[in-house]
Amino acid sequence: MSSSQSTPLTGTERTSVLPGTGLTVALFATCFNDTLWPEAPRATVTLLERLGCRVVFPREQTCCGQMFTNTGYADDATPLVRKFVDTFERFDHVVAPSGSCVGSVREQHAMLARRSGDDGLLQAVEQTAPRVRELSELLVDVLGVTDVGAYFPHRTTYHPTCHSLRMLHVGDRPLQLLRAVRGIDLVELPSATECCGFGGTFAVKNADTSIAMGADKARHVRGTGAEVLVAGDNSCLAHIGGVLGRQRSGVRTLHLAQVLASTEEDPA
Amino acid sequence: MPSFQRAARDALANTQQRRNLAHATATIRAKRERVVGEVDRWEDLRVAGAEAKDEALHHLPDYLEQLEANLTARGATVHWARDADEANAIVLGLIRDKGADEVVKVKSMLTQEIELNERLEEAGIHAWETDLAELIVQLGHDRPSHILVPAIHRNRAEIREIFLREMGSVGRPAPKDLTDEPAKLAEAARLHLREKFLRAKVAISGANFAVADTGTLVVVESEGNGRMCLTLPETLISLVGVEKVLPTFADLGPMLQLLPRSSTGERMNPYTSMWTGVTPGDGPQEVHVVLVDNGRSRVLADEVGRQALRCIRCSACLNVCPVYERAGGHAYGSVYPGPIGAVLNPLLRGTGSEVDKSLPYASSLCGACFEACPVRIDIPQLLVHMRTQVVDEASGRSPEALGMKAAAWTFADHRRLETAQRASSLSGRLLGNRTVRSVPGLGAWTQARDVPTPPKETFRQWWRRTHEDES
Ligand code: SF4
Repeated sequence: MSSSQSTPLTGTERTSVLPGTGLTVALFATCFNDTLWPEAPRATVTLLERLGCRVVFPREQTCCGQMFTNTGYADDATPLVRKFVDTFERFDHVVAPSGSCVGSVREQHAMLARRSGDDGLLQAVEQTAPRVRELSELLVDVLGVTDVGAYFPHRTTYHPTCHSLRMLHVGDRPLQLLRAVRGIDLVELPSATECCGFGGTFAVKNADTSIAMGADKARHVRGTGAEVLVAGDNSCLAHIGGVLGRQRSGVRTLHLAQVLASTEEDPA
Repeated sequence: MPSFQRAARDALANTQQRRNLAHATATIRAKRERVVGEVDRWEDLRVAGAEAKDEALHHLPDYLEQLEANLTARGATVHWARDADEANAIVLGLIRDKGADEVVKVKSMLTQEIELNERLEEAGIHAWETDLAELIVQLGHDRPSHILVPAIHRNRAEIREIFLREMGSVGRPAPKDLTDEPAKLAEAARLHLREKFLRAKVAISGANFAVADTGTLVVVESEGNGRMCLTLPETLISLVGVEKVLPTFADLGPMLQLLPRSSTGERMNPYTSMWTGVTPGDGPQEVHVVLVDNGRSRVLADEVGRQALRCIRCSACLNVCPVYERAGGHAYGSVYPGPIGAVLNPLLRGTGSEVDKSLPYASSLCGACFEACPVRIDIPQLLVHMRTQVVDEASGRSPEALGMKAAAWTFADHRRLETAQRASSLSGRLLGNRTVRSVPGLGAWTQARDVPTPPKETFRQWWRRTHEDES
């Protein structure tokens, strides 16, 4: 890293500092993002490359199995755990733009491996899972940056998703990153830590309760007067955004990666 | 009982109840957070609490025998009950021996679990609840909807109405000019209960803790009515779930700090009553302790599930649960509502019934319950564990199971996923814009939410287009 760290960096100098120079990061795009919200993994690639990382996308990847595990289909999830370690065990750093998928890898893969009785698989999981990080963890803990040189001049509020907050304990890392974005008007979301009501199959199996929770979350978002709602998980964003959209609220939803990748030349 | 989903839908339509619940849980949540924040070593306390309970559970038969020996040595009589029927029969026999036709009761989850009041009523014995909130529920011919605040779903005006309408038919009537001021309501209850305390020969209680090395039972409460029951009548019958045992008196230390802060948001609870057998000339001269299993050994046999037996019924998990806050306690179809109920009921009763099959799914897995639980019960993990049990017991031929199989097949190989993606992005192209208003088969999902359609280019297509040459 540069030796002139003591002087505050201006916008142009900022991008010339490349904290991750040479670091290879494997991207786990997650099946949901790959198929439905490719903007988030794309922004992750753009951002990491801007920060000097070499990003690799192992094509064999599919799904972490979260939906299967959380719905009770452990037997269907186990082969996906095996596939996940086969794909990613050779990398020192794996990143995914999804708190809940990373939560599933770090908190549930070992449980599934143990249940299957396959000791080799359990060992591989225990080696691989701790190296899988959510985007804000990789940026703050591994690359050591909070100012990623982003520009996003909008009134923005942030929803800390349950899995990032309580499974991964990302704490205020995403907020540290957002606070350093130039031009941003970051406003606090009331009752921010309360679940939005998505919860995977919960949204289908208990639709009424899920919608009641989503409606309260949407009300809090609208109360902030924000133009943009940001979170680190597209499934939560799709749920809240779905309610906001139905209300014709005009609030945009963006993944954290998209805001952090945004620049004056290439705005989100 | 109907499934949780159906019961919750009805509860959601009850806007008064939703307002009452939201207000009450928000208040108690804030109080709890404040007093928990005062304790520097809260995490250490949680670990100590969990360890004491685990020690008891791992050697349960030994500690129960020790408890029995110490209780007997100090003049109490110990009875064992395998299930609800046995427990109720023992209690009924003891009351009949005394020739009593009424009993006063300390609030007890276990007696609700085994439906003791109903059984006594059938046998012509009146059981009077003396906890203020239980009294409101009993007089209102209602069911409790919260572990600690059974009448949480009622507001003051509703309580005043219940008192005016019902008190007279079972004892001293409420004063005609009763208002809905809390102090006035409490006074009406006090006067109504006083005559019952003074008349009753037999009292029935539960216990929050049962200490093995001393034979001491502990009841923790806020109003002092419990202590009246525990000290005034001649005979005391205490029903104690086998999981209530603690190894040593010293284990009460962490427990009596964890419980009040987690439950009522108080540093200390106003009344802690402890009694060890019989003391001649002081308090009940006949003490019976009924140790009840009723499904607990079944839970103990489940290696993952057994941590649910650590529960000290503080209700912190209910108060932080966004699902409980909206659906209310009745939707859980048992005396144990909220997150702990969603795992404990199917653990105790098995997952055979509609309601027990649906309970493990009555959560968004947000994890707030685990964070709040003073004895560190990993409720989200237990929910997933119980879901797996529900799925494993099913035929595997439901539309859901077949859908999961198909999805798992697709995800087993990235080439299959790519083929599926091509099909879905084709439908996305046909739909044009990125929002759909309704998707057949997803029903309620799309009732109140817009659903995005697949984008024109998946991530991996973009990657191939922009990066493939280099790598
Ligand atoms: S599970 Fe934990 S938080 Fe919930 S009632 Fe039991 S002890 Fe309290």
